[in-house]
Amino acid sequence: MDFSILPEILSSTIRMSVPLILACLAGLWSERSGVVDIGLEGKMLAGAFVAASAAATFHSPWIGLALAIAVSIAFSLIHGYAAINQRGNQVVSGVAINMLAAGLAVVIGHSWFKQGGRTPQLDDASRFLAIDFPGKDALVNMEGLGPYMRILFDHSILTYAALALVPLSAWTLAKTRFGLRLRAVGENPQAVDTAGISVAKLRYQAVIIAGVLCGIAGAYLSTALQTSFVRDMSGGRGFLALTALIFANWRAWPALWACLLFGFLQAVANFMQGAHFMGIDIPVQVFNSLPYVMTIVLLAGFIGKSVPPKADGVPYTKDR
Amino acid sequence: MTTPAIELIGIDKRFGAVHANIDVNLTIAQGSIHGIIGENGAGKSTLMSILFGFYHADKGEIKVKGQPVRIKSSTDAISHGIGMVHQHFMLVEPFTVLENVILGAEGGALIGPALAKARASLKHLSDEYELDVDPDALIADLPVGLQQRVEILKALYKGAEVLILDEPTGVLTPAEADHLFRILKTLRDEGKTVILITHKLREIMAITDQVSVMRRGEVVANFATKDTNVEQLAEAMVGRRVLLRVDKTPAKPGDVLLDVRNVTWRDKNKVARVDNVSFTVRKGEIVGIAGVSGNGQSELLDVITGITKAASGEVFFKGEDVAAIDDAGELRRRGMAHVPEDRHHRGLITSFSAAESAILGYQYAPDLGKGFRLDRDAVIKRVRREMEEFDVRPPDPFLKSAKFSGGNQQKIILAREIGSNPDLLVIGQPTRGVDIGAIEFIHRRIIALRDAGKAILLVSVELDEIRSLSDRILVMFAGRVMGERGPDATEGDLGLLMAGVSKEAA
Repeated sequence: MDFSILPEILSSTIRMSVPLILACLAGLWSERSGVVDIGLEGKMLAGAFVAASAAATFHSPWIGLALAIAVSIAFSLIHGYAAINQRGNQVVSGVAINMLAAGLAVVIGHSWFKQGGRTPQLDDASRFLAIDFPGKDALVNMEGLGPYMRILFDHSILTYAALALVPLSAWTLAKTRFGLRLRAVGENPQAVDTAGISVAKLRYQAVIIAGVLCGIAGAYLSTALQTSFVRDMSGGRGFLALTALIFANWRAWPALWACLLFGFLQAVANFMQGAHFMGIDIPVQVFNSLPYVMTIVLLAGFIGKSVPPKADGVPYTKDR
Repeated sequence: MTTPAIELIGIDKRFGAVHANIDVNLTIAQGSIHGIIGENGAGKSTLMSILFGFYHADKGEIKVKGQPVRIKSSTDAISHGIGMVHQHFMLVEPFTVLENVILGAEGGALIGPALAKARASLKHLSDEYELDVDPDALIADLPVGLQQRVEILKALYKGAEVLILDEPTGVLTPAEADHLFRILKTLRDEGKTVILITHKLREIMAITDQVSVMRRGEVVANFATKDTNVEQLAEAMVGRRVLLRVDKTPAKPGDVLLDVRNVTWRDKNKVARVDNVSFTVRKGEIVGIAGVSGNGQSELLDVITGITKAASGEVFFKGEDVAAIDDAGELRRRGMAHVPEDRHHRGLITSFSAAESAILGYQYAPDLGKGFRLDRDAVIKRVRREMEEFDVRPPDPFLKSAKFSGGNQQKIILAREIGSNPDLLVIGQPTRGVDIGAIEFIHRRIIALRDAGKAILLVSVELDEIRSLSDRILVMFAGRVMGERGPDATEGDLGLLMAGVSKEAA
């Protein structure tokens, strides 16, 4: 392997990790409150579609981002209504959201833009581009170290937002009243109820946060990473984020490391397309499956048991 | 006369067809310990849940210190100085003691200041009321006695003047219960008001100042504790005279039927939950296993009845080693009947009809059908006969198992197991959640089985039950048998063994 592509792989690692980090944090917030969220994938996809459509129409990535968040929250609220008010099966509701989002995006996209479900290519003004720091040019063009500088300094605002959200989430959960209550409601909602706090309100707040984060993740996919929406462009990242969440034992900092690791594997997979080993072509699916294989192997043998919040996925009923 | 701490006036509450509280009037004096006693389903817990804002009364009025108040939620109750220690603790297990204490009373958006304040306050409370507990311990690591203290601390931290305790001693050793009572007396002497819900007459006599008796949703009697006695209270609870001690003749033990030798069982963390246990049960005797719940009794039952296999040791049943059999059905066919501890999860299937639950485990009996076919009429006929014999109410084989009261569910299971004419009956918690009238009946049936020459292994966390039924008493602590006593052993003696203090070892 050519060693000079290392900085490129690492740079790509960051880019691939961003949607994972955002979706994983979304899952973290939702599940720490006791609402299982299989629908990360669907919310991200809906966000990606809406962001690309709105950015193409209004020529502003910010409007795209705002509408992506709004639509993702709407999906979250549907899930919340099913899971919290109606005490439905949260996995079923999440799967429904995934199917709904995947179908609607293509149908509506085709009807609006007549490009077979794609959205129009976005020009630079309608996308989130890498930020121009003062002195950035000097850094990234440095002799020798330049490509390594790109790993850290050649990203859009969304990437830095995603990275900043990790410590913010960890801190909020650990140190604030809201975080304490949210963690409590995911473990023992009855204790929260008898302490005079509304279980439903807390859980709605959590799913709304998940909606916001998935909306950002979706906007990142179609208006920062790519230049348009294409069908199923979330490509299983929602499920990968859930895997990372299990891997990270439902905690924010480990979630970051897990997402970076999975992002790295995805980056390697991209660079390894068409690679061969001892005369045999290695299918790209081998690399794509690595995160899942790793999770199973590591959970089975190395890092021991991963313990979800006790009330995760359990609807709360007052009756005893 | 001083203003009462709490007045409940004309409280009425229905759940569908069930009239849980009927025009209840109750006055709780300031600075007293007030007992509320009654059978399961008498409406005690509903009444207290209404006072704590968990349910809303359909009718009626609540006064706190003479002022009419509306309690719409737990928040309202807490703001009126009412705190509650629930039967099932309302604690967040992965949280520390401090985090649990401040939950709902954090003061500001950040929890740092509240944690510091709670730490100081806990120190003060523990000095004052013997309520010491490590503020930084995780709840999951604390024994139940300490978890209960955390519940009390939670209420006091939130400024409770009136403390409601729902069946607080069910999970405690006698020594822990005594400690709790000392705490409650200190609280009373400091001017707090304590409401104690229980079905244990002994506790009422030991600690309360006043007692109210509930039956079928109504308060049927109020006494000053010093003016009443156990018999009078029991009669008020049930509505008729009750025999509190079971009449029985001395046992006439025959041959050894069950011989347990050096049995050890380990959980998945390799901890020995049953640790080198040996004992025998003879024909015509009742061997009782006492102990605080969670000391290996359940696991021992599982090993004996073939639900799991022992890690080591032997279990001889009728002379054959059955330790390797982990098939409950096989042991049933060999004559070992089992009334499991947890009747909802193992005793019957709550969504099945009574008739279906009443043949569980015996569905292949030859008189109930041929081959794979079940003879419906034969099943119904048999169940009707058993229901009559065991006085199951209502005697309806088609009613869903969940619709029967705890006592009647237990009678269905008991009828099934005794009806199979076993040589050994293994019975866990025969009267947990069963009302006094049914307890008396179940106890008499167990004695009758013994007198018919059958062997009985009884596991119960109710010391009174163990003492009144058993011919020999074994006490388990931390998976080991701490000692054996006769039926005349004193409660103090057994209590020490239950707490792991063994005279033999000393």
